[in-house]
Amino acid sequence: MTVDILGRAGQVRAAGECAPRSARDPVNQPMINNWVEALGDANPIYTSEAAARAAGHPGVVAPPAMIQVWTMAGLHGRRAADDPLQIMTALLDEAGFTSVVATNCEQTYHRYLRVGEHLRMTTALEDVTGPKRTALGDGWFVTTRNVWYSGEEPVAEMRFRVLKFAPGPAAAPAGADAVRPVVSRDTAFFWEGTAAGELRIQRCGACGTLRHPPGPMCPSCGADDPGYVLASGRGTVFSYVVHHHPPVPGRTVPFVVALVELEEGVRMLGGLVGVDPGEVRIGMAVEAALTRVDDGLTLPDWRPAR
Amino acid sequence: MTGIGGRAAVVGIGATEFSKDSRRSELKLAAQAVRAALADAGLRPADVDGLVTFTMDTNTEAAVARELGIPQLRFFSRIHYGGGAACATVQQAALAIAAGVAEVVVCYRAFNERSGHRFGQFSTALASAPTSSGVDASWSYPMGLGTPGAQVAMVARRYMHVTGATSEDFGRVAVADRRHAATNPKAFFYGRPITLAEHQASRWITEPLHLLDCCQESDGGVAVVVTSAERARDLAQPPVLVRAAAQGSGPDQFVMTSYYRDALTGLPEMGIVANQLWAQAGITAQDVDVAVLYDHFTPFVLMQLEELGFCPRGEARHFVADGGIEIDGRLPVNPHGGQLGEAYIHGMNGIAEGVRQVRGTAVNQVARVEHVLVTAGTGVPTSGLVLGR
Ligand SMILES: [Zn+2]
Repeated sequence: MTVDILGRAGQVRAAGECAPRSARDPVNQPMINNWVEALGDANPIYTSEAAARAAGHPGVVAPPAMIQVWTMAGLHGRRAADDPLQIMTALLDEAGFTSVVATNCEQTYHRYLRVGEHLRMTTALEDVTGPKRTALGDGWFVTTRNVWYSGEEPVAEMRFRVLKFAPGPAAAPAGADAVRPVVSRDTAFFWEGTAAGELRIQRCGACGTLRHPPGPMCPSCGADDPGYVLASGRGTVFSYVVHHHPPVPGRTVPFVVALVELEEGVRMLGGLVGVDPGEVRIGMAVEAALTRVDDGLTLPDWRPAR
Repeated sequence: MTGIGGRAAVVGIGATEFSKDSRRSELKLAAQAVRAALADAGLRPADVDGLVTFTMDTNTEAAVARELGIPQLRFFSRIHYGGGAACATVQQAALAIAAGVAEVVVCYRAFNERSGHRFGQFSTALASAPTSSGVDASWSYPMGLGTPGAQVAMVARRYMHVTGATSEDFGRVAVADRRHAATNPKAFFYGRPITLAEHQASRWITEPLHLLDCCQESDGGVAVVVTSAERARDLAQPPVLVRAAAQGSGPDQFVMTSYYRDALTGLPEMGIVANQLWAQAGITAQDVDVAVLYDHFTPFVLMQLEELGFCPRGEARHFVADGGIEIDGRLPVNPHGGQLGEAYIHGMNGIAEGVRQVRGTAVNQVARVEHVLVTAGTGVPTSGLVLGR
């Protein structure tokens, strides 16, 4: 990756709050009326002078949750060039993390706002972390902090977090129509293991030979009372396919199935998730990513090693 | 020559037409194919005392005998492992004849594999059987790997990585088969050759396999009649001797998913078959004039050329690129068009082509044929034949 995301994030964070954006209009009754109507908020302190005074306010107040409304840029508005979220969004677009989803929004209101107050809002970059593997794809979390001022007084704050991600293949698994294994007395330990969050490899109780897929009798020494060891969960791709056709129950095409060579020396098939099918290579380092389908089935999937 | 080599002969071949919709029952296809094969041999149903088929065939020996009016059967047997059974049905017949338990044995395979149950689809039922096969399948089907194409693709990807073979190298097998089928009026793809560019442009099935790396799904039936070499001399057709017939299953063998062996670049079960064939027939790979190689998927044709000893390991792509498998090449392969071009009748149509090549009656006849190699399904426990004069 040639884009220095963390380096640029450090500069933006050090620059602190960007220049404030002024609200287009002061806090006003018509906008309040529209908002409470749209949200079905019948609290009379937002619309009735008498009710507001009875509740101890000097007059009608604005709903606190409207705070973002007052400084919205409007239909044709553009974010300022020094807006930290704008800068990080452009940078991550360039790095291939082109999709966005908001993940967190925490607002803090210091006091009620009254009709006639004129607000300004600033934005500062709080944090950038990544890359992270998510269900949506690999991406970066960008956290910003907005502060609204009335005059010089901070009246509200918001911590806002987005995930900028590169859309990955649908993490294929597996639903009610997932194909279920036939579990025999010889193989139950493996499936009990995945359900318990463990990847188990059969180990001969007599000669210690590791074996996968497991079976009832050791082909090396003939012993028939095997145990198991826990796999480290690390391995490399020995071979793989990208399945397109025909449809497979419980899967969305295209999906990757990999034959993984575990560092313990045995091979195991599993779905390879969290990776673009075009990026998979033989020899690629992977790690176990057990996928719980339901109470009865946990599949031994894999994902690229972190 | 050891064992059964040369003691039995194929004396009749018969088939229905090959289609995508036969519009009749599988039992009718079987009965028609057997009747055609008996007519070819100049035998009557009453001469038959043995029937052999695949465990996958849906038509019982008793039902086929009933339709044909075969009054008594003394030998009936079935072979497992899908297309791996093909040549082994003839081995069963030859064994029964050599042992004196039967005199005229018909091997048959008939299905509506396109209009009925399609093998290319993902079969959840196969993966849920309460058998050792179901347990085996549980290491692949729940992980999303459960079609023949995907099962072969896993091996093909590794083979490409190790040998440097490319999708184009696979494609040349399909192009050759389709070129041969184009001049075979019985072939489904008669008159429809393809180019390598068309192969490359065909859609993905399971990468690295394109659509045109995969054989067609077909409806049809094929039967072959086997009797003793002595009796064969008195029948309608010139006898085609079963010079060798062998089965093979390899180390750490699975059905289509033998992924846990040291290397993924060979077909050891086919090597086991080959060693027996050469020993029984008293020949080597260099003595083979025509090869009918099981071609449900193109990569396994390259791997068979290596495993059978027609070229060194990893060099099949050069053998094919140099024109080695053409009708006039070093080893003409699948002159009828193979299962990629003629029809997918689980390898039985390949046996019929082997018989025609020895008789000298094939539509794409190779000159001076002494020995024809026929192989059965790859990636599974399998079988093979050497047919000759
Ligand atoms: Zn042991």
